[in-house]
Amino acid sequence: MILALLLIPVIAAVLSLIVRNDILRRIILIVTAISHTAITITAWSVEPSVLWNGWLMLDKPGLLFLTITSVLFLACSFYAFGYLAGEAKSKKQVFEEETFFTNAPEAIFCACVEGFLATMTLVTVSQHFGLLWVAMEATTLASAPLIYFHRHHRSLEATWKYLLICSVGIALALLGNFFMVIAATKPASEGTAIVLNALIGQGHNLNIQWLKAAFLFFLVGYGTKMGLAPLHTWLPDAHSEAPSVISALLSGALLNCAFLGILRCYQVCSAAGEAQFCQGLLVLFGLISIGWAAIFILGQADYKRMLAYSSVEHVGILALGVGIGAGATFGAMLHAVNHSIAKAMLFMTAGNIIAVYKTKTTKDVRGILSVAPITGVLWIAGFLAISGIPPFGIFVSEFTIAKAMIEQGRIGIAVAFLAILAVVFVGMSAAFLNMAQGPKNNDLQAKDRPAVAFTILPPIALGAIALMLGLYIPPVVNDLLHSVASVIGGY
Amino acid sequence: MNNAADIIMIFLVLTNLMLLGLSRLGACIRFVALQGVALGFLPLILNHWDMEVHLVIFSIVIISLKGIVFPWMLNRTLRELASQREVEPFIGYGISIIAGTITLVMCMWLSSRLPFPEPLMSPLIVPVAFFTIMSGLFLIISRKKALTQVLGYLVLENGIYAFGVALVGKQPMLVELGILLDIFVAVFVMGIAIFHINREFDHIDTDQLSRLRS
Repeated sequence: MILALLLIPVIAAVLSLIVRNDILRRIILIVTAISHTAITITAWSVEPSVLWNGWLMLDKPGLLFLTITSVLFLACSFYAFGYLAGEAKSKKQVFEEETFFTNAPEAIFCACVEGFLATMTLVTVSQHFGLLWVAMEATTLASAPLIYFHRHHRSLEATWKYLLICSVGIALALLGNFFMVIAATKPASEGTAIVLNALIGQGHNLNIQWLKAAFLFFLVGYGTKMGLAPLHTWLPDAHSEAPSVISALLSGALLNCAFLGILRCYQVCSAAGEAQFCQGLLVLFGLISIGWAAIFILGQADYKRMLAYSSVEHVGILALGVGIGAGATFGAMLHAVNHSIAKAMLFMTAGNIIAVYKTKTTKDVRGILSVAPITGVLWIAGFLAISGIPPFGIFVSEFTIAKAMIEQGRIGIAVAFLAILAVVFVGMSAAFLNMAQGPKNNDLQAKDRPAVAFTILPPIALGAIALMLGLYIPPVVNDLLHSVASVIGGY
Repeated sequence: MNNAADIIMIFLVLTNLMLLGLSRLGACIRFVALQGVALGFLPLILNHWDMEVHLVIFSIVIISLKGIVFPWMLNRTLRELASQREVEPFIGYGISIIAGTITLVMCMWLSSRLPFPEPLMSPLIVPVAFFTIMSGLFLIISRKKALTQVLGYLVLENGIYAFGVALVGKQPMLVELGILLDIFVAVFVMGIAIFHINREFDHIDTDQLSRLRS
């Protein structure tokens, strides 16, 4: 089953490069997404067999993050179908400047996006830290060409930053891997293989100093990829310059996968009795990220960059939640699900707004509600969902995290957390509401794009899930979230 | 046999200092390639020239990748750049070398304080590996050209590799080859990106990649 999950996207990627017909290639993309999601859902009831001496195994955290990735990819594949059909083949103008550009060939787009899925799947099923590293670096390489889909110098700049900063970050995580091997080596004996369960079993025999160093390097290395401030510098550029559907995948799926890498190391550290050390670091990085993002969200002139900074804020909340521990761990896991869905929905809607208004500047967009009513409603709903307004899911997860802070008596952190959330809310509401309301600009017509249903339905579906998770969490999902939380030291 | 390992380590220190002081891009590529070849012999030396199949294959892959394929790809990129073959540092060559020397001393001090579970093959390996990592990071930060940043990334990677071979010993072949494959593709993709940067901007100075702000 795991092999099928890995091989289907790889085969699809190869096919995409061979096939000459655009429509057929898009259908392959959708079929890949559907079959991947179908297998993932089967994995909820039938536990997939363990492969390669336990190197590949779908444990609870892996299953959770795999499901997020797979569902988002399904939504994105439908969106991409419409998006690719609507993209003109001719030269287009860069929004911000007087220059022209063309797109990368569609075959490369499809192949890379399928390869991206395969590498992210490998991240979620890897139990061996070395393999996890290989998969993590591969996600960077598979997604870099996607950021450079619109071939102009702005996206090229973003791609270069993404490639270099993430590669260097992940190289440091490789050093973290080596430190972990040393931590597992005992004098005059064979060391333990750095497979997750073996390390957890050996927990108390690990060398603490090297393990702490390993966690530090994992946090810095994968934290770069995850977008924790101040290591996030590639993130706003990449998210604003990539096509919106790719931004949705980067933000909703990739950042979570990087977080999984940190969680794996955290699991080992907890088994060695060093959870407190790691939690301190996670709380620190979490608070810095949330605060940093808030500063840049206020007065942000580009709405896609604003969404990107909002991602920095939310990965900060994830780190903070795990750092607080206890009940907040469940909150953080729920938050990972909620954030992915709400953020993907927002990026898709942003893509639809760009298609109508041809600009990414916040102040040039007015009256979405009257120009394109459905998109306008989705934009407002997405804003409410992402800022944690009830009845959307993020309210529940942020509330759970804040509640755990107060229960532990960490009032200072709780106050700072809620205050920054309020600042972000104010900053985002000004931008979002101004964009949605206002007079209708008469030069603009909501042109019916050829496949408009494909670009409207996925964000509606994601919005519905975001709303549902706020009102009712299905028992299966709830059980999974609780068991993931208990695996990583909370409840 | 420790002598051989020591010689390679001293060679690494010297090439790092050379890279910090060199102004010609072509020469920089050659020195990074030499580093790669020297490192390729490291696993064999550390295992006392024990010709295990696994080790030999690994060494051959390392030497051919780092010594032949990467320099070839980078040289090809360099040829596209026609007239711009200088490194163009933000931080001058003299100061770079002095900073490198200070870093080397600090790495020596740092690694004398680290507790190792097993006695090391050569006392030089850990400080030199750290020094190589730091040199790589320094090259990435202090040089303008995108190509030099790739070279810096390769030096950084060489340092991590030296550390891994010396301390971690034999890892499963699949992981080792996976890591190499990733680095190969990374350099390949970066090479393509540099090609596009050159075509798009008519230069590869990363300090001018600054349109995307706040």
